[in-house]
Amino acid sequence: MGEFKKKNIINNLLRLAPLIILFIAVLNEINLNYIKVFSFNFPFILIFYWSLKKSESLGYGYIFVAGLINDVVTGFPIGISSFNYLLICGFAAYLRTITIRPSLIKDWFFFLFTILVVNSLSYSILNLFFAIDLNYNNLFINIFFTFIFYIIFANIFMIYQKAFFKESHD
Amino acid sequence: METSRDDFIIAIRSVFIKRGNKQRFSLFGLLFFSIILIVLSKFNFTAINYLKLGINEVVFRTSFIVSLPEKYISYSFRAIEKHIKFYENYNSTKEQLEKLKSKKYNVEFLEGENKRLKKVLEDISYSSNAKIAKVLIDHQSPFLRSIIINKGSKDEIKKGMAVLHGYYLIGKVVEVNYTTSRVLLLSDLNSKIPIVIEPSSVHSILSGNGKKSGIIQYTKNNIPLKNGSVLYTSGTGSLFKPGIPIGKINNIEDISNVDFFVDLAQLRFVRILFLKENKN
Repeated sequence: MGEFKKKNIINNLLRLAPLIILFIAVLNEINLNYIKVFSFNFPFILIFYWSLKKSESLGYGYIFVAGLINDVVTGFPIGISSFNYLLICGFAAYLRTITIRPSLIKDWFFFLFTILVVNSLSYSILNLFFAIDLNYNNLFINIFFTFIFYIIFANIFMIYQKAFFKESHD
Repeated sequence: METSRDDFIIAIRSVFIKRGNKQRFSLFGLLFFSIILIVLSKFNFTAINYLKLGINEVVFRTSFIVSLPEKYISYSFRAIEKHIKFYENYNSTKEQLEKLKSKKYNVEFLEGENKRLKKVLEDISYSSNAKIAKVLIDHQSPFLRSIIINKGSKDEIKKGMAVLHGYYLIGKVVEVNYTTSRVLLLSDLNSKIPIVIEPSSVHSILSGNGKKSGIIQYTKNNIPLKNGSVLYTSGTGSLFKPGIPIGKINNIEDISNVDFFVDLAQLRFVRILFLKENKN
């Protein structure tokens, strides 16, 4: 009975791992800023991948709350990150709906399109609506490295998915 | 053509309006709710401000705990780095100490003289005391440069107060919660500080460049600056006490690159300045 309970807890933790990592990422703002040369947006990668491959692992409600937390931590006006994260979910869900034969490379380039649209929208809202200045170069570098890192993290997540969810990528 | 448009509409409808597998909310509903939040926060809606204050109190403390392992790793790296450079630093510090000792007496004399002269001129002088605050969150976002400190309205912190590290200015308070506050660092693009550049006494505005240095703004091209010119707060607009050192210009060819005296990425404890005007 005890062993069954223990197994159940571990299984739940493994199932909830993407969500836990998302909350740690927004609370800790994981973006490798201390490297100082570049930064990337880890929550974007995580949300896009898991919304595309296993949408039930991240609930939309939780993603919305994660966005609110991110706004508070980074000091952005409240609602901006939630809006960005949910848009990414929307793009990922759209790709999932229209895709018959999934391919990582196609997902990768669709991710680039997604982050370009989402970052452009968020830049416009912050700049025009809230008069907050953002460094355009920093934003561009952030988008570029978020795109580059997607393929690395997608492979890591795929291995995790195969190992713990006993599912294949396709 | 018609069919592909219909397919697109069906796909969009299924994504945004229908609730997905094991999803409690529809994407459209939540997107709409976030847009409402954005609009209300733009107009400083009271309920949103209270919501933000509530989230701030919980999130800042949680974020502090969650980021402890990462902080520990980065502090360890810095400690190792300091240890390696220890001997080199010791020699240069010893040399600097000797120079400062000789300057100290001169400064004391000038300070006394300055006070006497101010009294004669009936100028306003400032007295200040400071509160020490601990930095709770210092995630250097690639876009906004700010830190969270563990002092808030409970400790009589107010918006606009100057924040120092040692005797050097590092930013100002821009958001006050009950037990925490947000400090906008000098390096942020949105930070604008009235300054005076000495020894030429040129008044200007210092803005951040979004990285780790500052930019001097709103000055003519031919202002008399030289390498090593030091930037102080000017006290214009009674925002800050005048004469707080900020940084120096190392290259007059590039005034868009002011070096701050403090490394803004390595703040652990800061001082919040409480200012009092004394009319002579």
